[in-house]
Amino acid sequence: MKTTWPNEAKYDIDAALIIEMYRSMLRIREFEEKVAELLEMGEIRCPTHLYIGQEGVAVGVCSALRKDDYVFGNHRSHGHYLAKGGDMAKLMAELYCKATGCSKGRGGSMHIIAPEVGVLGTVPMVASTIPIAVGSALASVLKGIDRISVTFFGDGATEEGLFHESLNFASLKKLPVVFICENNFYSSHLPLHERRSLDSIYMFGLPYGIPSKRIDGNDVLAVYFAMREAVKHARKGEGPTLLECRTYRWRGHVGPKWDLDVGIRDKAELDYWMSRCPIKTLERRIVNDGLLSYEDCTNIKREVKQEVEKCVDFARQSPEPSEDDLLKHVFIDRRDS
Amino acid sequence: MRRISYAKAINEACHQLMEHDPRVIILGQGVNNPWYVGTTAIGLYNRFGPSRVIDPPISENGMNGVAIGAALAGLKPIVIHPRLDFLLMGLEQLVNEAANWAYVFGGQIGVQLVVRGIINRGGEQGAQHSQALQAFFMHVPGLKVVMPSNPRDAKGLLVSAINDGNPVIYIEDRWLYHETGEVPEELYEVPIGKGVILRRGRDVTIVATSYMVKVCLDAAAKLHEVGIDVEVIDIRSLKPLDDDLICSSITKTGKLIIADAAWKTGGVAAEIAARVVEKAFAALKAPIMRVTLPDAPAPSNKLQEKVYYPTADTVVKAVNQLLSASE
Ligand SMILES: Cc1ncc(C[n+]2csc(CCOP(=O)(O)OP(=O)(O)O)c2C)c(N)n1
Repeated sequence: MKTTWPNEAKYDIDAALIIEMYRSMLRIREFEEKVAELLEMGEIRCPTHLYIGQEGVAVGVCSALRKDDYVFGNHRSHGHYLAKGGDMAKLMAELYCKATGCSKGRGGSMHIIAPEVGVLGTVPMVASTIPIAVGSALASVLKGIDRISVTFFGDGATEEGLFHESLNFASLKKLPVVFICENNFYSSHLPLHERRSLDSIYMFGLPYGIPSKRIDGNDVLAVYFAMREAVKHARKGEGPTLLECRTYRWRGHVGPKWDLDVGIRDKAELDYWMSRCPIKTLERRIVNDGLLSYEDCTNIKREVKQEVEKCVDFARQSPEPSEDDLLKHVFIDRRDS
Repeated sequence: MRRISYAKAINEACHQLMEHDPRVIILGQGVNNPWYVGTTAIGLYNRFGPSRVIDPPISENGMNGVAIGAALAGLKPIVIHPRLDFLLMGLEQLVNEAANWAYVFGGQIGVQLVVRGIINRGGEQGAQHSQALQAFFMHVPGLKVVMPSNPRDAKGLLVSAINDGNPVIYIEDRWLYHETGEVPEELYEVPIGKGVILRRGRDVTIVATSYMVKVCLDAAAKLHEVGIDVEVIDIRSLKPLDDDLICSSITKTGKLIIADAAWKTGGVAAEIAARVVEKAFAALKAPIMRVTLPDAPAPSNKLQEKVYYPTADTVVKAVNQLLSASE
């Protein structure tokens, strides 16, 4: 089914893909709403940074990628993992730190991985996976394959030297990497203006000769189209792109709460961003343009909810990692000669 | 004397130091944040303002460097890294620069700097939020390393660290934040380089660091009930290390257990054991034992965490093992 987006002829995009994006965002949202509930109940205990509100970025970016492209994440990566096609049940089990989790219960929320779909790891150390993604892009070039690499990081990560070192090297070597900054305007408790004298993250690419763009991260299609360009550019061997996607996390920095109680941000700001919900926005367009009816949307939501419930059952019923396994995986048992 | 918590003792030291000396400044990630550094930073920002209490961008290496520069130019900075793991991002400035500065310039200038790093274990936080890296810092010439285990030392060692002309790594353990104890109200120093005997005993010497001191005192109380009297030394300062105190205790007991909640290989316990063998070999009546973490990153699963971290029972078991081996 190759249709063009009805109201905007310049957007050539498959209608099925739009619906896929809608479903993908919903999967992240419903998954995370459930996780918030489980955190409140104390069933999930590991430090968990929720992605609710930012779904447009993960889905817009990953929808423009192939399954074998690489993705690296950070402490807030459930959305990246799911959007790239990671197994939801294994993710839930990992949040329970169970043996069936995607990291065998060793990682918890901040260390998740799905190598089968190109997610090569997420870590909580701010900015740590930026150079690592550059390295995987270097490998693609040396191996002569057209796989590209993506690294997701927050606005806070741009304060680390690693970010700047990585931009320079990636540009110098024209590596196929796309830098995705999710600017949600906060680094834990600190708003952007208390950390930067200018709101100008996207400009960081420019002095390194990297095409750089600022995008509305809550518009999944805008993210997708920008990403599609970046991917094309990278696959042609023309090097990296930096995309600053402006978005907002609804929940607090960590855990299920909202960070309104602690005086970090105010309700009006949160309300504004909630009114710009990336999922609702796409849903309205889909329905207005007749791709789906509201009833269809409700059905999708129901299916997704059921899927999430199944994952919770799976996680609850899964075994704990054994105490005898404590030292397992410190080294892996493989030789490659 | 009044009793206050370990966290409060650190907080009080910061308040009094800043009040007492306008050269003291704090550069601390989360110092103006309700949850990062527990309650140790309460009131500082409001009282001393954003020019002396800086909650910086996430730039550990840069901020360590800024603190070094400020110290060279006459301020007395305290840098806070809410987790020791984050401090790894700042190692270059700390190890290459702060630690070497005095030496490479022939001792004409020192870096009067305190770096507070917090160990933050358990709670399924996993490998990158739980590391106890004291042995790393202890390895580097030019850095002093202290690890207070109780509120009184938490305050006094912070004061000594600031007054010391050298870079001092001050490692605190979040598991100790709620422990209370008697703390003098005035500013006072606890000397860097001196351990302390917290419990006297004749059967076994236990040398412990930080949180393990509490664990070992609990173990000692249990052992006392069955007629075993262990001597518990809180070593407090890893570098310089008070090995005379340890050796003189071994001359009495002949047996040594070292308890440090960090990795075994190449760790603090290994260093202490080596020194004892060098200096007091003849006094040893049994092999030295180490109670440490296994050589694995911290697991995130709660049940595995329980096996990973040593408890009073682990220590009791070690003492019994040592005593039966030396019978
Ligand atoms: C090197 C390092 N320093 C500090 C931290 C503590 N920390 C965890 S998340 C975070 C904020 C990150 O903000 P940002 O990169 O904007 O991502 P967001 O949480 O907004 O998604 C900080 C300071 C860390 N994990 N790693």
